[in-house]
Amino acid sequence: MTDLLSLFINSVFIGNILLSYFLGMCSFIAVSNNIETSVGLGFAVIFVLTITAPANWAIYHYLLAPGALSWAGLGHLDLSFLKYITFIAVIAAIVQAVEMIIDRYSPVLYSALGVFLPLIAVNCAILGTALFMVEREYTLMESIVFGAGSGTGWMLAIVAMATIKKKMRYADVPDGLDGFGITMIVGGLMAMAFMMFSGITL
Amino acid sequence: MSNGNLTLKETFFRGIWKENPVAYQVLGICSALAVTVQMKTAIVMGIALTLVTGASNLIISLLRKQIPPTIRIIVELTVIASLVIVIDQVLQAFLYDISKQLSVFVGLIITNCIVLGRAEAFALANPPLPSLLDGLGNGLGYSLVLVAVAVVRELLGSGKLMGIAVVPQVWLEAGYAHMGLMTLAPGAFFIIGLLVWLKNSLPGASHEQK
Repeated sequence: MTDLLSLFINSVFIGNILLSYFLGMCSFIAVSNNIETSVGLGFAVIFVLTITAPANWAIYHYLLAPGALSWAGLGHLDLSFLKYITFIAVIAAIVQAVEMIIDRYSPVLYSALGVFLPLIAVNCAILGTALFMVEREYTLMESIVFGAGSGTGWMLAIVAMATIKKKMRYADVPDGLDGFGITMIVGGLMAMAFMMFSGITL
Repeated sequence: MSNGNLTLKETFFRGIWKENPVAYQVLGICSALAVTVQMKTAIVMGIALTLVTGASNLIISLLRKQIPPTIRIIVELTVIASLVIVIDQVLQAFLYDISKQLSVFVGLIITNCIVLGRAEAFALANPPLPSLLDGLGNGLGYSLVLVAVAVVRELLGSGKLMGIAVVPQVWLEAGYAHMGLMTLAPGAFFIIGLLVWLKNSLPGASHEQK
């Protein structure tokens, strides 16, 4: 239990998927102009990550990993090179399914998250989490916690950035640095702030 | 985007500087930064991405009349993912150490906005040869930024270039210290920010829209 908690804290703060691995940057830059949209997208990312991480875990460990097909009598196969194409297909399919399910059963949630779901299929943070999970050899429970933690960390970063950008609206940013440039500088300062957490162990 | 008045040469060079994908189009920086601690990894990453962008543009442009518009994203992703698998296998076979260092970031070329963005914006509407050049040009422009960031980070962060120490020992004895910040994540953010500032301030570069 402590391990899982510490994994969660670690993936939210210390190994923040956005600020220390630079994943999910595209939508981070594009969407962080508005606080409400960032919150919506943040929740959608947490939601999708928490579902796709264990789904990809199961597919990797029962179909793709070396020897994973031994239940079908094909133990000598190593299909792990197919993981990229499989993961991206699984993510796209799950995002599509989630969108339809939410649309059917919870119109309120759909109106809040619906527009963001298609964006998420190509968000590097989702695929990155799946690939990190394979590389770090997490168990099923760990992959769920890691997915949720990465999503939370991503949301924290994008909401913080949207808030800072709102504050900065009246700031006198040098010409040329305005827009994308200053977003990166602020991102750097945020990354430095997040590094202060790196001493924490549970 | 009409291709009528663009020569092939312009198509190729446009992506490298004038409409450089990282600095200008704000695309694809996702995976650009984590591999820039060392020049070696940045160069390999740049080559990998250039090949994928070029090849995917070529293939998608050849298929452009056959792809139904409704499922084009899926087709594009499949093409790109297959190319990335090929690149990853080649790297594992011939450059195993670098492939270990690049770890998940080779796979993340799939979700790199540049590759999909060029396929969507250019290859779907243009013949194969200009598409190939457009892809290669954009890939090289991306590599240029990646390597520029890596040079600064490796030089200031660990005093090396391509793994060879370039800061003289005398300096170190005289009290010169490496800038540890550069090897960490914030360094990459700062350098990209300053690079964009530099590019926007240079004459001839089109100003980024707010």
